[in-house]
Amino acid sequence: MCLAVPGKITEIYTLNTLRMAKIDFGGVIREVCLEALPEAKTGDYAIVHAGFALNLLSEEEARETLDALREIGEIEAELGLEDEEISSKGL
Amino acid sequence: MEYAQAFRDGDLVQRVVGEIRRIVTRDWVIMEICGGQTHAILHSGLDQLLPPQIELVHGPGCPVCVTSLELIDKGLAIAARPDVIFCSFGDMLRVPGSNQDLFSIKAAGGQVRVVYSPLDAVKIARQNPDKQVVFFAIGFETTAPANAASLLQAKALGLKNFSLLVSHVCVPPAMHAILGAPDNRVQGFLAAGHVCAVMGYWEYPPIAEQYGVPIVVTGFEPLDLAQGILMTVRQLEAGTHTVENAYPRIVTREGNQAAQAMLKRVFRPVDRNWRGVGTIPLSGWGLQPEFAEFDAENRFDVGHIQTRESPLCIAGEILRGLKKPDNCPAFSTLCTPANPLGAPMVSSEGACSAYFRYHRPQDTL
Repeated sequence: MCLAVPGKITEIYTLNTLRMAKIDFGGVIREVCLEALPEAKTGDYAIVHAGFALNLLSEEEARETLDALREIGEIEAELGLEDEEISSKGL
Repeated sequence: MEYAQAFRDGDLVQRVVGEIRRIVTRDWVIMEICGGQTHAILHSGLDQLLPPQIELVHGPGCPVCVTSLELIDKGLAIAARPDVIFCSFGDMLRVPGSNQDLFSIKAAGGQVRVVYSPLDAVKIARQNPDKQVVFFAIGFETTAPANAASLLQAKALGLKNFSLLVSHVCVPPAMHAILGAPDNRVQGFLAAGHVCAVMGYWEYPPIAEQYGVPIVVTGFEPLDLAQGILMTVRQLEAGTHTVENAYPRIVTREGNQAAQAMLKRVFRPVDRNWRGVGTIPLSGWGLQPEFAEFDAENRFDVGHIQTRESPLCIAGEILRGLKKPDNCPAFSTLCTPANPLGAPMVSSEGACSAYFRYHRPQDTL
């Protein structure tokens, strides 16, 4: 139940006293409560759980994490533990 | 977002696991708190990839599993009332109470509705002014903000027919209970990424310090989990015990302060009885006195509940990391998802359900 899904904010508005948003989850649009993200703006990515946006998603941090992990892969390859090319797909 | 897929890159996961294999020199027991992570680990087969020195034990982070039998029986008694529409996350429907479950109440004509969000329950309350709408507000810190928002909205709208049956639980007191137990085996923790998305991880350094355990905030994709385990093993091997963040794309040290402010406004810390574990002091959240009128336990007379737990179920030992689901004599024989003896067999975060769906015993490989 603590799973949360990232999606892109496409519209922000107020409904029945709450700050709400339309969020695009890979083509599926849902209404989400944006009450805890006063700084969020259209185009940002948010992570959503039970119809509530928990936090914004940092693209830069994601990139840095992947870069760091790929470096581990490179060390592995140098040690001969893996012989395949490092995957660079995905970014 | 293109890179989201990269966190499922099997090749990269293999390489991170290779690094774990390279650095590990002895046996370590690591607990993932969150049941969502348990399912992700078993689903991806990460448990089978890890070197044999690394034992993962599965924590109590399954809200429907730890919701006390007494509260479930109260929910069932409320749901059976003809004037009530009882709303719940779908996971709760087959969780066994003392004598029945929500599914059987629904089958017998009770108005039980599954909602995706507590805000949907507020909508139902507005559409049904002649009914009492009760939402079963279970969950850890991840779910609490959504439940708080539903209450703030109901209050702002002046709804008199909406209430919450509150069963909120919090991670840090559970970690204290696990680490402080005389039979504890856990030497390092993967902290639950989405709990920390809300709360940050400023609560954890005193725990890491007091018990000498590394705590690594970890996400949910296979690569996140492999990275969290690697960072934990690095610390264990080096003899350090700090709090690290392996999920920085979602989690900051401070967490979401607007969400924390909402939680403080709506909830206050209370002692909570965890099913199978017992009462942990100040381990849950109840409603602030200002919101007492929205408390379903005040609104409905459900004070006299006699609970009866299955004598066979070992869910308590599983939730404390002392036993694995396949150590249970009833596992997959007397207890199955269709006919569960305990909540961990039905929940999408329950360890027993994860083993039933994904686990292959070592000797069949």
